[in-house]
Amino acid sequence: MPLPSYATPVQRTYYYAYLFFCAVVFFFLIAPLFAIIPISFSVSPFMVFTEGMLAWPPDPEAWSLRWYKNMIGDCSADVVSSTVPCSKKWMIGTVNSFYIGIIATIIATTLGTLAALGLSRPHMPYKGLIMAILISPMIVPLIITAAGMFFFYARINLVYTFTGVILAHVALATPFVVITVTATLVGFDMNMVKAAQSLGAKPMRTFFKVIMPLILPGIISGALFAFITSFDEVVIVMFMASIDQLTIPKQMWAGIRQEISPVILCMATCLVLLSIFLLTTVELLRRRSEKLRGIKAR
Amino acid sequence: MEDCISTSALLTTDGVPLKQSLKKAERKNKLRAFLLVFPLLLFIIVTFVMPIGDMLFRSVDDSQINGVFSNTFNEYKKWDKEKDVLPPEEVYKALFEELAYGEKIQIGRALTRMNYSKSGWKSLIKTTSREIKKAVKKDELPNNYKEFLISANDKWADPTFWYAMGQMVNNTTPIYYWNALDRTYDQDQNVVMQDEKRRIYIKTWIKTLKISVYVTIFCLILGFPVAHLLANLPLRYSNLLMIFVLLPFWTSLLVRTTAWIVMLQQNGVINGILVWLGILSDDGRLQLVYNETGTLIAMTQILLPFMILPLYSVMRVIPKSHMRAAQNLGAKPATAFWRVYLPQTIPGMSAGGLLVFVLAIGYFITPELVGGKDGKLIGHWIAYHLKTTLNWGLCAALGAILLGVMLIFYWLYNKIVGIDNIKLG
Repeated sequence: MPLPSYATPVQRTYYYAYLFFCAVVFFFLIAPLFAIIPISFSVSPFMVFTEGMLAWPPDPEAWSLRWYKNMIGDCSADVVSSTVPCSKKWMIGTVNSFYIGIIATIIATTLGTLAALGLSRPHMPYKGLIMAILISPMIVPLIITAAGMFFFYARINLVYTFTGVILAHVALATPFVVITVTATLVGFDMNMVKAAQSLGAKPMRTFFKVIMPLILPGIISGALFAFITSFDEVVIVMFMASIDQLTIPKQMWAGIRQEISPVILCMATCLVLLSIFLLTTVELLRRRSEKLRGIKAR
Repeated sequence: MEDCISTSALLTTDGVPLKQSLKKAERKNKLRAFLLVFPLLLFIIVTFVMPIGDMLFRSVDDSQINGVFSNTFNEYKKWDKEKDVLPPEEVYKALFEELAYGEKIQIGRALTRMNYSKSGWKSLIKTTSREIKKAVKKDELPNNYKEFLISANDKWADPTFWYAMGQMVNNTTPIYYWNALDRTYDQDQNVVMQDEKRRIYIKTWIKTLKISVYVTIFCLILGFPVAHLLANLPLRYSNLLMIFVLLPFWTSLLVRTTAWIVMLQQNGVINGILVWLGILSDDGRLQLVYNETGTLIAMTQILLPFMILPLYSVMRVIPKSHMRAAQNLGAKPATAFWRVYLPQTIPGMSAGGLLVFVLAIGYFITPELVGGKDGKLIGHWIAYHLKTTLNWGLCAALGAILLGVMLIFYWLYNKIVGIDNIKLG
């Protein structure tokens, strides 16, 4: 939206002030995420930019990979610092996070896709009510969900188990799958299903050969949403998992609460990279899905 | 033609009337659709709706103590408080028996509940229990239970304890809700304010609402121009800039919170830059984190995408010709913006505003980590009672009130966003 050539000086001033303001907001949104990356390569055990890091020419003494080594559980002499504990906890947490996240994603994607297929059929009864119930885990604040689940799962002996955590994460993640897959099914040409059936395909074959390839981008986006929901979730893990059932977010929480160490920033850097990867994938999938469904990019 | 249709109903090839056949097919389709949704619906009801229901139930539930002292409470209800200062002998007898023969763990739990009503119950029952156990061991059941209990502990002659028991004799109790609003019962069962020192919740509720309102306003101020820019740039550029909005959205909440601690702490990036620029002296570094300021800054950044995205989707479809037309008709740019553009963005502002507000009042992780002592919101107390004091009734009541507030705002959200356009003034 360029400035017209007849703009008055006052208008010009306003316009550049507006652009400057927007730039500041973009900076505000993104700068914190990138500020932590250089600090994670620092030698210092404090989460600050040291003088050596800011010096020109760059001082190689100020930079190191010691906190990354600490993170992967390598506790050799050059890594250990008196203030920063070194343990295998981060790696245990990573394994657990992926374990919980992947199982929760598989269950959530299966249940969510089925439900989305049902919800997009024109004959679905009580659609509004059912949609409201299915979406509710996304709307209710996590702390309330966590409290309710803790009370209820305590009655059926599921607290302090991975099963309880996975069930809770599936409940939290399904709304994202339902929403993304339902959105993909909008504009899905139902005549293709009819064509497949009239050519003699059974429902299962129709699904896997006709519907599935077309909505696959939506399903994968939903699965990625589900995965990141479970992978990031900390409140439920804190209440429902036992002390030694660590995950990455729980370990980060403990790290911020007790031992402010640069190792947290190493893990944070890895997670920022993961989110860049996921964002790119989802964006590419969205474009592919639009192409598949014949919606032209605006 | 008309009587041709009305004389006989249309039949399908197998002789069933067409209407009936269609209805049958429709029913089958409905069932099929429902069967697809059913597994997830059942799953959500069991793993999510029932837990929330359980929480609501716990917020009023008083059945545990009623199970332990059922006879005592039954006799208690017969006590005529106008006539007698102290309850009749039967109440003392029932209490004696239930303390003597009841399960120890259950009594222990009941004691915790009794202390919520009036402090002093725990020690009173404990000393009395000891005397009762002694008497039962020696097989010396007293002739007069009233005198026995009063001799075991003279507080049994204090009517205030007996009045306090009146709060527990029903299977449901509103006490946790009153506690969640800093209220309690006095000895005559009237609802009164807590002691000055124990009033924490109303303050926290107000702070939660206040911070949520501030965060919403800040998000609106910061988000509006950005959404406007994104909506008016050619798609090539706006898609690129959208990454700035979407990347924080996809990044772990804990990463963003940690990043803010790094930015805002005393030796952090912002203080460092301000000192380097000479705006602050080295010992005049600002305290930006572990207080309300930190909570506000971090929450604004974290919730900003939720404001920008709905605003963007509304602004995208506002025709650019409207502003030009207004200016063509002689409106100054400011007037055109105020009278023509802004009213059309109201659905987006209300959607984004309500979304941010509702998310903010339920926030827990960020205020807990960057809020320090005075930046903590109501979520902190829910977690505190869940894990530390184990006062689950109060925890559930706080959660239920928060849920109620949320639902009101979601109902509003649904109404407002459902309406396409609201006129200003």
